[in-house]
Parts: sequence; C-alpha cells; structure tokens
Amino acid sequence: MRRRLPTLLPLLLLAVLYTGYVLGPLAALLSESLRTGGGWTLERYAALVDPRNSAALEAVANSVGVSVASVVLSAPVGLLLALAFTQCEFPGRRALARLALLPVALPPLVGVIAFMLVFGESGMVPGALRGLFGPAAPVPVLDGIPAVVAVHVYSFFVYSYLFVSSALLRVDASALEAAASLGAGPGRTFARVVLPFLRPALAGASLLTFMASMASFTAPLLFAGDRRFMTLQITIAKTNGDLPGAAAMSFALAAVSALFFLLLRSTGAADTAAARTKGVARPGRLPLSRPVCLGLALFAWVFVLICMAPPAAIILVSFAREGSWTTQLLPGAVTADHYLRLFTDASAFEPLRNSAVMSVLALAAVLPAGVAAAWMLVKGPLRRWRGASDAALTLPYAVPGTVTAVALILAFALPSPAAGGSILVGTFWILPLAYAVRTYPLMIRSVSAALSSVDDSLLEAAGSLGAGPWRTFRRVVAPLVVPAVASGAVLVLVASLGEFVSSVLLYTYDSRPASVEIFSRLRAYDLGGAAALSVLLMAAMLILVAAGSRVDRSGDGRIGPFSG
Amino acid sequence: MGVPEGGGAGGLSLVGIGKSFGGAGVLHDVELDVSPGEFFSILGPSGCGKTTLLRVVAGFEQPDRGSVILAGRDVTRVSARERGVGMVFQNYALFPSMTVRGNLAFGLERRGASRAEVDGKVRSIAEAVGMVEKLEQNVTSLSGGEQQRVAVARALVVEPAVLLFDEPLSNLDVTLRQRTREEIRTLQRRFGITALYVTHDRGEALSLSDRIGVMRDGRLEQGGPPADVYESPASPFVAEFLGDASLVRGTVLRNRFRPDGAADDHLLAVALRDGPAVAAVRPENVEVRPAGGPGMPATVVSVEYLGLITTVTVRWNGVLLRSVRTGSFAGGPSLRAGEAAGVAVDWQRVAVFPGE
Repeated sequence: MRRRLPTLLPLLLLAVLYTGYVLGPLAALLSESLRTGGGWTLERYAALVDPRNSAALEAVANSVGVSVASVVLSAPVGLLLALAFTQCEFPGRRALARLALLPVALPPLVGVIAFMLVFGESGMVPGALRGLFGPAAPVPVLDGIPAVVAVHVYSFFVYSYLFVSSALLRVDASALEAAASLGAGPGRTFARVVLPFLRPALAGASLLTFMASMASFTAPLLFAGDRRFMTLQITIAKTNGDLPGAAAMSFALAAVSALFFLLLRSTGAADTAAARTKGVARPGRLPLSRPVCLGLALFAWVFVLICMAPPAAIILVSFAREGSWTTQLLPGAVTADHYLRLFTDASAFEPLRNSAVMSVLALAAVLPAGVAAAWMLVKGPLRRWRGASDAALTLPYAVPGTVTAVALILAFALPSPAAGGSILVGTFWILPLAYAVRTYPLMIRSVSAALSSVDDSLLEAAGSLGAGPWRTFRRVVAPLVVPAVASGAVLVLVASLGEFVSSVLLYTYDSRPASVEIFSRLRAYDLGGAAALSVLLMAAMLILVAAGSRVDRSGDGRIGPFSG
Repeated sequence: MGVPEGGGAGGLSLVGIGKSFGGAGVLHDVELDVSPGEFFSILGPSGCGKTTLLRVVAGFEQPDRGSVILAGRDVTRVSARERGVGMVFQNYALFPSMTVRGNLAFGLERRGASRAEVDGKVRSIAEAVGMVEKLEQNVTSLSGGEQQRVAVARALVVEPAVLLFDEPLSNLDVTLRQRTREEIRTLQRRFGITALYVTHDRGEALSLSDRIGVMRDGRLEQGGPPADVYESPASPFVAEFLGDASLVRGTVLRNRFRPDGAADDHLLAVALRDGPAVAAVRPENVEVRPAGGPGMPATVVSVEYLGLITTVTVRWNGVLLRSVRTGSFAGGPSLRAGEAAGVAVDWQRVAVFPGE
C-alpha cells in the first residue's frame, strides 16, 4: 500500500480538479440548457434549428459558412507559403518565413483592431485611396462577412503554413528521386507522391481552422455589424438575461468543437508540427521550375508584407497625435502622449497590471497541475488509457472562450464547493480561473511531448541504480523536460495576457484586463490609447515568445488555436 | 576497487517463472541456476522471451508465477531499486543531462555515502573501463563504444549481486563489437561478478559464456557449456539455431538413417529407436567435391566467398546443405552455381532426433 499511495494521491487530486473546474462547469451548462421550471426539455436545442427561428438559424448559417470559407481560403495560402519557404531559394526567404508567423503572436483583439485600422471603413488603405481619387471615389473597403473571413485567413493561415511546412520538410529525398527515376515529371511527382503525404497536414490544419473560426468572437464583434454569429448570439442572450438560451447555444457550439477536436486528433496531424525538428536525414526538395519558384516568391513577399501592415499600422496610430491623421498614408504629427498617459495615469495602467497578475496566477495553477497531468498521461497510471485520457484532459482546448465563460458563470454564480463555498462570479478570481482552464492543455501538450521522448529505459536504469520515483524525476526527468515546461509556461502567459473572449463576459471594473480596456477605449474613440496599450501587449508577448524560443530550442511549434 | 563485497557475486536462481501479456504466454516455467561468478548467456531468436526474462530478473516486470532467488534471498516481490541488480541496456540508457561522472556517481549518491567515497569509486571504475580522461564530458558527446563502457561501469560501480546485459553490443559496428565483448568478459572476470547476458548473436554467446541457455517460445530448451550445447544439441531447433544446421527428414531403421527419397542409408553413431527421424547436418559435417568424384550427386546452388571462409550451398535430394571451406580448401577446385557436384556427409557426427 505504501508504494501505491504516491501514484494514487496525485491522480485523485487531478480528478478532483478536473471535475471541479472542467466537467462541473460543462455539466452546469448542459443542465441549465435542459432545465425548465419543473422538469427537462430539449426545446432550446430544437429552437436552434427551427426554421421559424430565423435569428438562431442565421447565426448557425453564418458561423458555419464563414468557417468553411475561412478553411477554403486559408489552406491554399498556407500551402503556397510553405512551398515557397521550404522548396525555393530567394532573397529574404528566412526573414519572411519568420515574419509570416507574426499574426499568430498578435493578441486576438489586437489583430482584429489592427486589421480594421488598415482595411476597415476609415482605415489607412481606403483613406489613402480616397486621398488619391477624391473623397467620393468608390474604394474597396473590408466590411461585413468578407471582412470576418479576411481576418480569419489572416489569423489562421499560419496553421496550414506550419503543418504543411513541417510535412514538406519530412518528404524523403529518396521518394522524390524514386519518382524521378520512374519517369515522373514535377507535376506528377507533386500530385502522386507529395500531395498524399501532405494530406494529413492539410486535413489537420483545416480542422483547426474550422474550429478556430467557429469559436471566433472578436472578428464578428467588430466587423459583422448586425449580422448574427453563434458566439455573438451567446453573448447577447447572456446580456439579455436569457441564460438557458445562452447555455443551449454554448453547449451546441462546444459539442461541434469537441467533435472537430476529436476528428483532428484522429488525423494525427496535430503532431506533425511536433515532429518537425526530428526530421529525416535528407529532406527532399521538389523539382520546381524557376518560373514557379519566382511566382511563389512573389506571392510570399506580397502576402507577408500585407500581414505586416496591421501591426505596423497599430504602432503608427499609437504615436499619432489625435486628429492629425485623416487621409494621408502617414500621420501628420507624432507624439508619445498615449504612452505617457499609460504610465502616469494609475487607472490607465491598472488593466496592464491586472492582466500580468492574473496571467501569473493562472500559470501558478497550471504549472504543477499540467506537469503532473502530463506525467500521469505519459509515464504514470493513465498511460494505459493515454488516448482517451489525453482527449478528455485537453478538451478545454477545443471549447470556445465564450462557452468557457458562460459555463464558469453558471457553475460559480452560486456558492460552490470547488470555490471553497463562495461565489466567484463578479470577483477577481474568476478571470485567472478562466485563463487556467483555457490554457492548461497547452502545458500538458508541451510537457507530454517532451516526456514522450524520455525513454523508459532511463527510468528503469535510475530504478535499478536505487533511485526512487522522486529522485528519478528530479535528477533524470526534470532536466530533460525543463525546456518544455518553460515553453509551456510561455504559451500559457501569452494566451492569458491577451485573452479577450472569456474576459469580456467575466470582468468587473476592478479586474478589467488589458484586452477589455483596449476594447472600451476603442468604443470611446480613444484610438491612440487603444493602440498604445495594444503595442505594449504585443511587445510583452514578443518578448515572452523570444525568451521561450531561447529556452526551448526544440521549437516543436505547438500552436494554440486561440481565436479571437 | 577489488572484488565487490557483500551482495557481489551472488548466485541467481529462477524457479518456475511464468509470465503472460494480455493472455499471451511469454515465459513458461523457466528454471535457471547461475552460480556465483558465472557468465551465463541466454540465446534465442527475437520474440522468444529472453528480454522479458531479463526484465523479470531486474524487477522491471513481475512474473505471474515462480520466484527469483538472488544470493539466496527471494527477491520476487522486491522492487527494482532495492534488488541490487545492475543492468546494461541495449540503448545504454545513459542520462543525457549528465556528464560521465554524473552517470557513474548516480547510483552511489544515496544513503549518506561521503563525497570522497563516491569520488574514489567513480575514479577507480572509470580507470577500469579506461574512461578517466572523459569523466567531465557530457555522455552525449561520447562515441558508441565509449557510451557502452560508461553503461557497463555505471552498472558495475554499485556492486550489484548480478549484472544483466540486454543485447548490449547490438548498436556497435562489427569490429567494435568484437573488441567490446572481450572487454566485457575481462571486466566480469576481474570483478568476479555473476552475469546474465541476453543475445540473439550465437558468436557472442558462445565466445563470452561459461554456460549458455537456448531459449525458444518462452522456454529454456537446453543449457550447458557452449561446446556441449553446440556438439550435442538437444533438439533440431538448437542445432539449427546454434549450429546453422540443415534439417534432413528421413527414417531410422536398425540404427541406419535413410533420408526421405534417398536410395542409400547411412550408419549413425547414436542408437535411436526405429521410426521417422530428423538429422541436423551442420556445415562442418558436409564436404562438397567436383562432380564425377566420390559422393552423392548434388547441384551447387550458391558459392559465397567471405574471405576467411567460403560457404558452398548444394541441393541434394531436395534439401539444401551448406558446407564451409577454409584456407587451402577454399583455393581448391572451383565450383560454380548451377554446376553438378558430389556431396559427402559425415553421418557419424550428425545429430539425429526422433521425428514426428
């Protein structure tokens, strides 16, 4: 018995945490959506697909339609970029390949605002065009559904780009040589040898893009106008006090996401990015002709430059004097006022501090729980059921932020044993809790990937040399997984620092995080202030990502599908 | 560092070990006695259960039945860390985050061993395996042969009762393998340690061991000194696996063996009951001569020149027989694939088993 206790106790603890903070809230969501005065009903689910309920149907149709369009447009962009960066040589290739990852490093809200600043109704590009052709000239403006799709492509093409790149780098040279020696030209080799090899990567990236688009909240919020989307409807229902309706739509959305999550896992493509650096001794290169490479290089340059425009615009706006910038391409007068105000006005600085504190609190919870869970999955008692346990544990990864927030509201609006008998809704603590629930799968994924590469014989060797489990972990395992823990911590911090989707449903004035503050400044037409805050947030995240990539050189490109 | 004290050089006994994985029996009633200081090799094809047996001895697997007796003590229920068994892994399992010194000291740094004591032991074992120079290097920077030596030293330094080897040479190239196996034998003799060695390489098993055991389908089929097992195989399988024998089916009648379909019968050295039988004909019992001379008519199937030896395979009476020619014979009359030849078998030295 003495020997079983050390494995059973953490398992029990993990089960309690999982039940209290993941299953419990989801169960609360389901029960709220099914409950009527005295019994149970499926009415609210029926209402979602009722042809007479045009609002719900429109929301479902828009969410699904936009997600399909996002997939259809992101996949070829990612494929072309991956081909350009892995198969061709051209000036600036390395730098561009890195810059192409920029959109994923932007906090979701910041990315959308930046996009609006460049391509929106009063954005820089339409503004510049009007300056060129006169104020009444018909200029292209991104708005409505096309704008939402464009933001999605901008934010999510990175999935297919990364997945396909890593797959392309693992195409074995000998397979290509074999095709060539059997008389196949470049086209046939690509269609018959390379494309089948890329299929899991493309499928995985498409599923991820679809999931992220369905969960997308910020892009519809800022661009959709009066068009309905599922995530927006949930928020509206919640704001109008129709919690059961919000719960039903939330649960439906979560179920769809979970389905796609399980599909994604079954393709195994989520791990292709992780295998990137293991590589093959000799990655093959497709026999692309010069004109093809030239075309690809041109596309890469143009696309990456377009990608850089939004963050560049936000930096410009943060330095522009209010009102000095209307139709010119660059601001007329430059000022540091927006930044000075953030550092001199205590109430302006508070949201940044809140975000930092709440992210660190979330990390403090995620770190021990995530590492312990990863250990149990890969080397501990759960390894026998690893597939199922892993799917269950990392499920919150797939739950849209809006849904997480509604579930937490339902679970913690009343005194709860998981909250030590108190009410969490309306307090500071519900935000770090939401961040922890949303981000802990990132830690599990990061650490379990590293643990999987720790050979069992190392543990056995340590055991046969007399080391107990704790000494084995401390001396043998820990040094090998520290980099993964660090990069997991970076992912958790980055995702929490910029979190907007759950926060906007959970914050109070005193606990408002940076993202919510940016949003309210935008609403108050304080563009400069919103931009300055966004730039600081971006800077913090870039510093974290840079620090993380220094620690974890394995760079296995785990990407969180955290959508806006 | 002299002969290890205490648990060192204990004997090992396995009593009725049985083990199955998910209903599939992997080990069946394995009985084995290894004397103190003895070098015992378990030889068998892959999947025969030899590694599982080793892991049972190490304590990484629990047997379903039977006991492991180490230096007179039943350790079946004792955990690996308290068992006092050293193990050299196939992939060495060196701790990649540590130096050579860190790896060697790992098993010593416990239960209040003083730093001086640890340093002294690490140093003397490093000297024994010729790795003193590399003590401060990270193990990932070592060559395969050096990693192998560190792995052996790390297992030896804690003075285990038994040292287990799980195919430790399979990751080395041929020349290094030869040299390392001599080093392992020298170290084992010098420390007088009991060794259990698992391999599928018969050359390794034959050259290293005091005794070998041939394993098949989870059972120890035959055990004994290498020469005895080689010369007197207990089953066609042992003859085939250990001696590269060709199996010739036939009938025994009054101590004479007649291969199926052959016209002649041949006198055997052993008395065997009349009935169906299988003869295990080893290459050294076969001589191939040019056609037209004495011998049974056969066809040359292949001639393999291997430098030191040349092997000639002929088809005789539907059976492939291999013969080995060395030195002067190799330079003898040339044989080519497809040609007719004569083959002579020294039936007096052929092992014959009752057939089904």
